[in-house]
Amino acid sequence: MSVLVYTDLHDGKASKGSLEALSYASKMNAGDVVAFCHGTLNGDGGMGAFGATKVLHNAIENLDAGQIAKMVADAASQAGADVVVFSHDNSGKAVAPRVAVRMNAGIVAGAISLPNTSAGYVVRKSVFSGKAMADVSLKTSKKVISIVPNSFGLHRTDGTASVEAFNGDAGNSSVKVRSFKPTSTDGAIPLPEADIVVSAGRGMKGPENWGPIEELASIFGAATACSRPVADIGWRPHHEHVGQTGIAIRPTLYFAIGISGAIQHLAGVNGSKVIVVINKDPEAPFFKAADYGIVGDAFEVLPMLIEAAKSFKSH
Amino acid sequence: MKILVCISKAPDTTSRIAFTDNNTKFDENGVQYIVNPYDEWYALVKGIELKETLGGNVTTITVGGSDNEPIIRKALAIGADDAVRVDLETGDSFVVASQIAAYAKDQGFDLILCGKETINYNSSLVGGMVAEMLNMPYLSLATSLTMEGSTAVIEREVQGGVEVLEVTGPFVLSAAKGLAEQRIPNMRGIMAARTKPLNVIAAISVDQTAEIVSYTLPAPKGACKYVDADHPEELIRLLHEDAKVI
Ligand SMILES: Cc1cc2nc3c(=O)[nH]c(=O)nc-3n(C[C@H](O)[C@H](O)[C@H](O)COP(=O)(O)OP(=O)(O)OC[C@H]3O[C@@H](n4cnc5c(N)ncnc54)[C@H](O)[C@@H]3O)c2cc1C
Ligand SMILES: Nc1ncnc2c1ncn2[C@@H]1O[C@H](COP(=O)(O)O)[C@@H](O)[C@H]1O
Repeated sequence: MSVLVYTDLHDGKASKGSLEALSYASKMNAGDVVAFCHGTLNGDGGMGAFGATKVLHNAIENLDAGQIAKMVADAASQAGADVVVFSHDNSGKAVAPRVAVRMNAGIVAGAISLPNTSAGYVVRKSVFSGKAMADVSLKTSKKVISIVPNSFGLHRTDGTASVEAFNGDAGNSSVKVRSFKPTSTDGAIPLPEADIVVSAGRGMKGPENWGPIEELASIFGAATACSRPVADIGWRPHHEHVGQTGIAIRPTLYFAIGISGAIQHLAGVNGSKVIVVINKDPEAPFFKAADYGIVGDAFEVLPMLIEAAKSFKSH
Repeated sequence: MKILVCISKAPDTTSRIAFTDNNTKFDENGVQYIVNPYDEWYALVKGIELKETLGGNVTTITVGGSDNEPIIRKALAIGADDAVRVDLETGDSFVVASQIAAYAKDQGFDLILCGKETINYNSSLVGGMVAEMLNMPYLSLATSLTMEGSTAVIEREVQGGVEVLEVTGPFVLSAAKGLAEQRIPNMRGIMAARTKPLNVIAAISVDQTAEIVSYTLPAPKGACKYVDADHPEELIRLLHEDAKVI
């Protein structure tokens, strides 16, 4: 028995989401954890250390989602895997639904628990943009599970994985890659993967006031985020927009500065472990969702907070 | 271009989320339904823009009961030409995708648009499943689509950045923010929508592969601990010693 995990490579190494998927698969205790990946791979891509025992590798760099899905399904059948695990990130979302159809497998997209096999096969997922959870029962013999990024954490096993070439037939594709634009050129942490996020809203008054937000983020090695109006008016780039219509994140620590806490904003951040709210209005709805709050003017609080954070980090 | 847009209904974003029947059913009491924002703002408007510049036809498809008709009329008011409703009280993503694929199979659509995800189930599955069933490319999470002759150029979100792709021939695309700008229907559109065709078709029979057996609400948050605005260092201490997150 084995579990197949689709892993996504960046600079030869498995992405953080992929390592989470491997960690999840090894905690399932459902046999060997076999990874499938394609493109440039260095060594075992760091995957053995997170539970993979074998890595099936196809060297082709650019494959379209349809081609990847075909290879993943073929790899699952070669590995004798009845369960395929993905990260529910941008890469997983492109491939997992196709794999489910190909394998006649039921799928849970956005899983937040390990499978419960005490009665059937039930996996919990997040629904209503994080406002509720649903237990989904899979009725098929084959299963696909894609897990919400940042909800399980990494589980180091310090093993090693053997790497095997996997040269299945990818088939043709009418899709061609023209170019790739990385989101952040400066090596900043991608927002969906960040453990700490410093986010700000219209309360910051204008884009010129983002210096302290960025400074606080850099002290904590955090990513920056913003509310929707801030992205819409162009103060900040669109990929920073979190919430119901932006991206959903679940960092361990979320700072919300000058954000009112509208329900559509909360929908994207209420999976955060700890929420800190800084707002000058004591009635701001965000305080109801906060673990820690400061009622005050961000322009006065931030400089002091930055000093305190710096001195904490230097100890 | 012959375009199909997948339209689903979703509870208004401010709806209270609660469950009935021993936590097995979503409590619809007092819930207003809207067109799922990704479907309306981005997928539908992009379809209409393409039709306006290149000519053609925009059909919407919705899998669901007759309670979907108000949201379908809204899509027609924004500018779709006609609508199809597959008469089925919604099943899982696989069942929904199977209905859409069965309808689209022989219709010769150049483009099938759907939203990034529904805001109630957040699955991001239907588009990819339809693409696999119809053996078409799936361009997920697209933020831009332009036509260069018969070649479509798409920007899409992938891990770590934005990929620019080109595709010829029919494809399925899921719409993310940026693909188009929201449009508000005008009076003329609303009047015209009343007489546009809304064809109800029978569902094909397919078995559900997944089923929601129960819902749970997250545990309520404890009360917020306030820190004095003049002493943010106390916040740092609490985050370190109390919450243990830094
Ligand atoms: C269908 C739909 C989907 C939506 N999706 C999203 C979404 O995905 N994400 C999202 O964010 N929004 C979304 N919205 C918008 C949402 O409803 C709110 O309008 C938005 O989140 C408000 O942004 P804000 O908190 O930055 O601004 P505001 O509501 O203007 O709040 C600014 C806050 O800053 C505080 N403030 C002002 N000055 C200071 C100061 N000097 N110091 C400290 N605090 C200060 C104010 O007290 C206030 O609470 C959506 C809306 C709809 C209808
Ligand atoms: N019942 C439905 N009828 C028509 N289209 C749907 C339906 N459910 C989902 N879709 C489409 O598929 C997209 C993704 O939905 P989901 O996979 O449920 O997150 C939505 O944004 C819609 O465009």
